[in-house]
Amino acid sequence: MTESRSGYIREINGPILRIHLPGGRNGEQVRIGSLDIVGEIIALEGDDAIVQAYESTDGLRPGEAVHGLGHPLTVELGPGLLQGIFDGVQRPLQEIASIAGDNIPRGLRIHSLDRERAWQFSPTDGLEPGGQVAAGTRLGTVQETETIEHRILVPPTVSGELIDLAPAGNYTLDSTIARVRDAQGKVHKLALYHRWPVRQARPYSRRDHGVEPLITGQRILDTFFPLLKGGKGAVPGPFGAGKTMVQQQVARWSNADIVIYVGCGERGNELVDVLESFPQLQDPYTGRGMMERTLLIANTSNMPVVAREASIYVGMTMAEYFRDQGYDVVMLADSTSRWAEALREVAGRLGHMPVEEGYPAYLGSRLAAVYERAGRVETLGGGRGSVTLIGAVSPPGGDFSEPVTSHTKEIIQTFWALSKELADARHYPSVDWVDSFSQDVSIAAGWWAKEISGAWSSRRTQALSLLARDAELSRIVNLVGPEALSSAQRWELEGAALVKEAVLQQSALDEADTYCSPNKQFQLLELVMQVFDQGKELIALGAPVQELAEHPILARIRRAKSTWRSDEGDQLAAFASEVYKAFSALRSEYASGQEALP
Amino acid sequence: MSEVEYRRAKAAQGGLLIVEGVEGIAFGDRVRIRDHRGRRRNGQVIRAAEQETLIQVFEGTDDIDMDNTWVRFLDQPLTLTVSPGLLGRVFNGIGEPRDGRPPIVDGEARGISGSAINPAARNYPREFIQTGISTIDGLNSLVRGQKLPIFSASGLPHNRLAAQIVRQARLPGEATNFAIVFAAMGVSYSDARFFRESFSDSGVLGNVVMFINHADDPPVERLALPRVALTAAEYLAFDLDRHVLVVMTDMTHYAEALREVATAKGDVPARKGYPGYLYSDLAEIYERSGRIRDRHGSVTMVPVVSMPSDDITHPIPDLTGYITEGQIVLSRELNNQGVYPPVDIAPSLSRLMKDGIGKDDTRDDHPRVANQLYALYAKAQEARNLASIIGAEELTARDQRYLEFARDFDQRFVGQGEDENRSIIETLNLAWELLSRFPRDALTRVSETDLAHYHRAGESPA
Ligand SMILES: Nc1ncnc2c1ncn2[C@@H]1O[C@H](COP(=O)(O)OP(=O)(O)OP(=O)(O)O)[C@@H](O)[C@H]1O
Ligand SMILES: [Mg+2]
Repeated sequence: MTESRSGYIREINGPILRIHLPGGRNGEQVRIGSLDIVGEIIALEGDDAIVQAYESTDGLRPGEAVHGLGHPLTVELGPGLLQGIFDGVQRPLQEIASIAGDNIPRGLRIHSLDRERAWQFSPTDGLEPGGQVAAGTRLGTVQETETIEHRILVPPTVSGELIDLAPAGNYTLDSTIARVRDAQGKVHKLALYHRWPVRQARPYSRRDHGVEPLITGQRILDTFFPLLKGGKGAVPGPFGAGKTMVQQQVARWSNADIVIYVGCGERGNELVDVLESFPQLQDPYTGRGMMERTLLIANTSNMPVVAREASIYVGMTMAEYFRDQGYDVVMLADSTSRWAEALREVAGRLGHMPVEEGYPAYLGSRLAAVYERAGRVETLGGGRGSVTLIGAVSPPGGDFSEPVTSHTKEIIQTFWALSKELADARHYPSVDWVDSFSQDVSIAAGWWAKEISGAWSSRRTQALSLLARDAELSRIVNLVGPEALSSAQRWELEGAALVKEAVLQQSALDEADTYCSPNKQFQLLELVMQVFDQGKELIALGAPVQELAEHPILARIRRAKSTWRSDEGDQLAAFASEVYKAFSALRSEYASGQEALP
Repeated sequence: MSEVEYRRAKAAQGGLLIVEGVEGIAFGDRVRIRDHRGRRRNGQVIRAAEQETLIQVFEGTDDIDMDNTWVRFLDQPLTLTVSPGLLGRVFNGIGEPRDGRPPIVDGEARGISGSAINPAARNYPREFIQTGISTIDGLNSLVRGQKLPIFSASGLPHNRLAAQIVRQARLPGEATNFAIVFAAMGVSYSDARFFRESFSDSGVLGNVVMFINHADDPPVERLALPRVALTAAEYLAFDLDRHVLVVMTDMTHYAEALREVATAKGDVPARKGYPGYLYSDLAEIYERSGRIRDRHGSVTMVPVVSMPSDDITHPIPDLTGYITEGQIVLSRELNNQGVYPPVDIAPSLSRLMKDGIGKDDTRDDHPRVANQLYALYAKAQEARNLASIIGAEELTARDQRYLEFARDFDQRFVGQGEDENRSIIETLNLAWELLSRFPRDALTRVSETDLAHYHRAGESPA
């Protein structure tokens, strides 16, 4: 594994180098030149290796020495991952800032995980030396943060007889906490961490169906286009439409155990935003700081392109690692388009034949392979865990027919399509209810019926068809003017406006509304649909639509979402009965008025 | 090695020069070229192989021949010498003086490509900058360390707007240690003069560094210019604690130069002939703005990007929008109506506004007022569209009110004088004047407290 081969640089073309390195292996890591830059072999041509460098190649010269490291790109998996921020090849950025200052220097040799820190390890009860352990067997735990117990498992490649297991105590990452003798008699020393090659999916026992929705606290997502735990979702949209906001909202408020946020080719400030704001926020499920379950991977847009391609795999491998511990993990990738562009750039420099918009023919299969690593599984240890992958897609010109969006659309189950028109009108989240879809509504419906209300499904459908009616009627208005509509039709327009403003729109910046519990989601939906139904009856009884539309209570309904927080369901319920009372009063007015007519 | 000159040019085309048989040349290094007339040109190594070196020549390759072209490899990267003496000076795209004064020698030579700022070393930008322009301050606020481009098109007053921002930008209630870096790529002489005069009229020339490449200067030089300018900006901000405002005009000329060189190199094009790495290349430039922990200065960027054929989906504005923290979009329609500055608020956005405004920064109602104006303006646009189809008289009373609002909004809120410097409070009060023509129940994006404080019920503004 560790034999090291040497060679030299023959050509430097931006991030791609041609290196004379007989015996190099595809995927092998290399160290390049006097700057000691890290790279990876991506193709072999005779005795030459084509290498992509994770760092800028400025200043390298043909002739400089290159060393093959004999192993592929791996990450370190163990305590110390959470709350951290790593670059696209898992270098710890906070650590780097403290030793190297404001900018990222090249050629650093630094461990991903802290070797000095001691972790309190508690071995699993009943695990005795002499017994058998298998891949995935839990050796013990480390309380990594207040909320997350890091489960130390036998790595996927090891099984056999447990020779010994460390007693409870404080251990650094490198210390051996167990020894296992495999069937061949080889003894494996297991530490608190192990390494895993990022381009290789971690094994599990079997795939399992998604059974419950991921709750994100966002009404348009949870109520209208649900995504399951272990599902695959995409958020496409033009610049400024709100992809990052959606992803950050999911990172903040979803009921996942672990959140891995990969800033792939996006803005540095967006990661700083997360780093600065998450520790101040309270996780609504545990009441603890939100950063405790979060880890960030940053390959910002100004960092080397090649590490961008790696960052998604690095994130995914960490996600699988926590999945294997039995956790529900959400991985957010912002943006998969930048990842695809990195792929394109490398393909271009390698002279691969471009097929669509410069992308190589294997774009679709690479994308599918990444998304395939998401899912809910039975782990090697016999538990259940999941990785939900949500990728932002940044289509050029906002055109969803471009290659990355269209390939992605074929792979995923939930599609949250963001619209420029809605964003321009500051209708946030700008999730378009016509273009978006979820293939898992029926599974989600089961959960909502059980946990919240049996009426969820019908109310949801009713709201969506009201929105469809709205589009239809607006077309008529745009042809012949509003006078052509009947009162009932005009009330439908009002009803749709109410659905949009009181239910769909949800500002991430509104303190009371940024997170909306499933209960509050349903309360608001139910309130609006009730009002619509009752108004419809009133209009049938002869109430003028104008009067209903300008009823002051509608303004209060529009404000309800920001008036009461999720933990103030009782007040919201009281308000709802006030509304129903007001409408009954109106009804008796009109009913009696009608009786008086003949 | 820098002593040796080689006469080994093998091919020259489209700003690129190939030199054969020189070994051990570092990628990215600086090159000096002497042509057959003895004129000096500058270049940079953009591909280095054992037997062949590809050089990008900033002055272009016109009039170069193979026999009498001498190439010297300087064995150092492209640098800019930084010192406080930069202020008040004018340079070309590779940092050579163009004001007739001697080059700066007594400073530190810094590489112009800059390495990425570690996100863990950044500070989130959150200090509101008042520009005195209502559509920016009120609806798309600029904060220190932000990159907020102006998307414009030919014939629109982006230069006047940029100059007005430069004249008026300040932190409310603070006299600051500011500096301006002006980076001009492919601009006309009259535009360059306009900026120069504007700086001089407001008496700030001594705080300005200019990097100028005119429309008839070599395009390849435009590739180095923003990097050189930002090296100066970073020095002023992070070494000298200045709050630096960088105005870059026009990034479209930059991108076009990039395309020219990419095509000559034979890079695979992505969209409209632009190379696939245009995004990363632009990001290397734009991401150099920001705030850094434990540093007092900041780099705020206002690039001008003209949209070819007024098309916001063209790759240059499109990729810019994907990198910057919002955009201010100018509209030909408003401009034709005589509205200055013709800011189309619908596609305009400031992503960093959220943390820079509100109770402790501007005024408590600010975020909600902005939100409310946007919501009303969107409705008003629908009413306008409808009116253009069925005629304004056919509109409902509610839609008529939207129309009136939109008219007033364009004229009074968007429109303002080129020397009119509105405080944020004036901007917000003006907003409430417009909002107050609606009944309280129609204003559901503001809070009841806001309404109680600021809604002028009953008064109907003229
Ligand atoms: N749910 C929301 N609530 C409030 N504001 C929002 C919401 N979603 C988006 N916004 C506003 O829209 C702006 C742009 O959103 P965001 O940065 O998420 O866009 P994006 O789609 O990620 O753009 P890009 O592709 O350029 O990264 C935000 O800065 C914010 O002002
Ligand atoms: Mg984004």
